[in-house]
Amino acid sequence: MSSEVLARREAVRSDRSARYERMVEIRTLEDAVRGLFAEGLVHGTTHTCQGQEAVAVGVASALRPTDTVCCTYRGHGHAMALGMTPLQVCGEIMGRVVGSIGGVGGSMHLCDTSIGLLPTFAIVGAGVPVAAGAALTAQVRGTDDVAVSLFGDGAANIGAFHEGINLAAIWNLPAIFICENNQYGEYSPIATTTPIANIADRAGAYGIPGEVVDGQDVDAVNAAVEAAAARARAGDGPSLLEMKTYRYAGHSRSDTAPYRPEGELDEWYERDPINTFGARLVAEGLLAEADVATIAARISGDVDAAIEEVKAAAAPGVASMFENILA
Amino acid sequence: MARMRMNQAIAAAIADEMRENPDVVVFGEDVAVAEGPFKTSDGLLAEFGPLRVRDTPIAEMGFMGAAVGAAATGLRPVTEIMFVEFLGVALDQLVTEAAKFSYLSGGVVKVPMVMRASVGAGLGFGCQHSQVMESWMVGAPGLKIVMISGPHNAYGLTRAAIRDDNPVAVLEPRILYAVRGDVTTGAEGIIPLGQAAVPVSGDDITLVGCGSTVRTCLEAAGDADGWTADVIDLQTLQPWDTETVLDSVRRTGRLAVVEECPYSGGWGADIVSTVVAEAFGDLSAPPIRITAPDVHVPFGKELEQRYLPNAEYVAGQVGELLANGESPPHWWERDGALV
Repeated sequence: MSSEVLARREAVRSDRSARYERMVEIRTLEDAVRGLFAEGLVHGTTHTCQGQEAVAVGVASALRPTDTVCCTYRGHGHAMALGMTPLQVCGEIMGRVVGSIGGVGGSMHLCDTSIGLLPTFAIVGAGVPVAAGAALTAQVRGTDDVAVSLFGDGAANIGAFHEGINLAAIWNLPAIFICENNQYGEYSPIATTTPIANIADRAGAYGIPGEVVDGQDVDAVNAAVEAAAARARAGDGPSLLEMKTYRYAGHSRSDTAPYRPEGELDEWYERDPINTFGARLVAEGLLAEADVATIAARISGDVDAAIEEVKAAAAPGVASMFENILA
Repeated sequence: MARMRMNQAIAAAIADEMRENPDVVVFGEDVAVAEGPFKTSDGLLAEFGPLRVRDTPIAEMGFMGAAVGAAATGLRPVTEIMFVEFLGVALDQLVTEAAKFSYLSGGVVKVPMVMRASVGAGLGFGCQHSQVMESWMVGAPGLKIVMISGPHNAYGLTRAAIRDDNPVAVLEPRILYAVRGDVTTGAEGIIPLGQAAVPVSGDDITLVGCGSTVRTCLEAAGDADGWTADVIDLQTLQPWDTETVLDSVRRTGRLAVVEECPYSGGWGADIVSTVVAEAFGDLSAPPIRITAPDVHVPFGKELEQRYLPNAEYVAGQVGELLANGESPPHWWERDGALV
């Protein structure tokens, strides 16, 4: 499993066409996940990331597997972008032994340290100071690894955001704080919870660089994270990047997003990150027009096969409840 | 063997671990340049330098989270919460992140971090700086909880906590920091977590203490008139040493648990319920708990001393239990107590 995961990571690091395919894969799985819930094949909740695929793939493409990533509970896309397979992700969502942690975590809890992914955080903001700590490890040990915290716009108003970034700034830690501003914190539009237009502006309060990035453009995300990582690896400290993006689905499985203003979703669909990037690759000659449909069909088949494998897999037994409580 | 104060024993334990393992780092509020508000990191910055010994902002959530991240990626951070109440703003990182990372990684991610905190009443710090608050943590699987009771086990348990691959909370009764005692240093001084100590043996009752109440139990047993006690220092509250307690109670037939914290929700309830369930037939009297009342720690010197269960009170409760075979009322339940 580990070599496949690392190969998938290397693909998005080195190949823009692979980035396109990964974005398609994420969208395909997320759409399928909502269907699985509707069919009653999964219990609990889930938070999907349709519309935010360029952030996930752009970030993963700019980091090394030895870099640490602290990600939120909206993590399926990030996990797959980092290299995790649809089988591992869907297996966890459906609570089967083929899941990334054996099916004991569920949708919100993915982990694979071979690609740098610490257990994903289901507490808003909690990963921000944890990333500072992972960056501290790199600094104390003298490696040039970086640590990344991915969090939503809602997390920018919780204390952990302030404390974690402040600590990274005063200790000049090799960390990158990446806000995925998908416009909504749970059901609340950002303007009702946050008094400024750009969360990146808060970087000034910590004396670190802050940058607003088009989160629907995977190339732009890649470039911004590459630059922040280079800065951190060189010993020049942390950065705050704000990815402007959009959540096509509601907050969680049960949310149909009735609070969304009419027409807003359609406006964002027009800048869909997958369509936009696909068209760019076609224009650049890296992708043939016909490839778009072929890729979508192939990936759909692969994801369906993974889901069938998950369905056939066992659920963890009672003994799993007692395992790994202590190291 | 060396004679030292408890705060010196803590600093010595950390220093010995730092000498042996370059992954051990220390951070917290005023622990580096000022060497700790209770002088528990004396000499660490001078010996190990600013890369490994750091002052933090007054931001417990931030630096506790940093400890989780550092531990999850290979370091062994030792953090200090100056007063345990300050953990309230950082509790998420300890019980919801650190304690669950092993489970949420299929056992791959270890979080070998130590959260040291000063605890307890007796120094006139008022009700927001005098609690023990172990009850915030005892119900959190994945976390170990240690409570030190003097210089000797301060050294041995702190070293063991730093070596443990799990997050460990080490609670330090601040009233004991200046107490001197003989400390076995070096590797032979390390005390395994999960093992109680039995500093005094006797026949009539088992007195179980932890942290500051161990001294109370020893004083009560030392001054006892007509009875003798096994005094058990639990040392580790989670997981606690059931065998040592049960073996003792099966022999003495009686149990008194002495806690510094309020009655409701105190750790002693676990001890009593286990003893009742496992050794019911060996009991010759109801197990009792000797605790503080369900009130805030009062500020005034006399009130604060009244609040804490002292040796005289413990001896009195035990004496009544032995004489009557029934649970004696708590002091605050007695006629005329609240005038």
